[in-house]
Amino acid sequence: MKVRVSVQLKPGILDPQGKAVEQGLHGFGFAVEHVRIGRLIEMDVPGADAAEVKARAQAMCDKLLVNPVMEKASIEVL
Amino acid sequence: MRVAVPVFPGSNCDHDALHACGTVMGWDTIPVWHQEPRLPAGTDLVFIPGGFSYGDYLRCGAIAALAPVMADVKRHADQGGLVLGVCNGFQILCEAQLLPGALLRNASLRFIHADVHLRVERADLPFTSALKAGEVFQVPIAHAEGNFTLEPGDLADLEARGGVAFRYCSPKGEIGEAFVPNGAMNGIAGIVNVRGNVLGMMPHPERVVDPRLGPTGGLGIFRSLAAALARG
Repeated sequence: MKVRVSVQLKPGILDPQGKAVEQGLHGFGFAVEHVRIGRLIEMDVPGADAAEVKARAQAMCDKLLVNPVMEKASIEVL
Repeated sequence: MRVAVPVFPGSNCDHDALHACGTVMGWDTIPVWHQEPRLPAGTDLVFIPGGFSYGDYLRCGAIAALAPVMADVKRHADQGGLVLGVCNGFQILCEAQLLPGALLRNASLRFIHADVHLRVERADLPFTSALKAGEVFQVPIAHAEGNFTLEPGDLADLEARGGVAFRYCSPKGEIGEAFVPNGAMNGIAGIVNVRGNVLGMMPHPERVVDPRLGPTGGLGIFRSLAAALARG
């Protein structure tokens, strides 16, 4: 099954990259705020049971994909 | 005195570490490829060098933390063996959970190379015993991700237990945001684990130890290690 893991910096964590992009957007006249930059990970995970596949993706987040000091993840089974 | 220097694809300060430990200090210093399952027998100190292990893929140090050699580095640390991680080596130690926290992108978003001053916060460690508490020494930094970060509660815990080994400061030893090059919380440049045998720092002491090459601000750390290992 196709799994999409979205990794975001936690709310309190400074995101200088997001800030720079926000300033860039302001430069083009776009009214935006709170721009945050994250990472999108897509993968094929064998299995037919969505809940079981999601649990395995969660284990992958815990082991490697996410650093809990600064990041949080949301998992989508497509 | 035997030193192991783990080498990952993308390490680029490994030869600085080998030069400082081997040529300058005269220690038996052995590079260890990341695929090795074991450190050399009799390793006293593991020096995890700087660089861009695995191209900084995923997060700095995240992939290196999973390398076969790191399992033995953890065993070495668990048994009380000394581990020093510099720059990318510090990032690897955090990702391997041998040290708390994470190194985020510099607040300026830029790669910074500069000489900085550090204040010694702990002079009772195997890494610092030849230094004095409050002493200031100069070392270079060269990194893009040195912005040390911890959850507020964990930061308070780290400070309370004296986990901060070095702090960025002015040449006179003053502390303040103006002297923090990368946005690191509380100006933290280097930390030590609870047991005091694993130290990670962003600045590069191994680059300033050879008088033939210039300043020697990093020698205090290596002299401390020599004393610690002579004591056994």
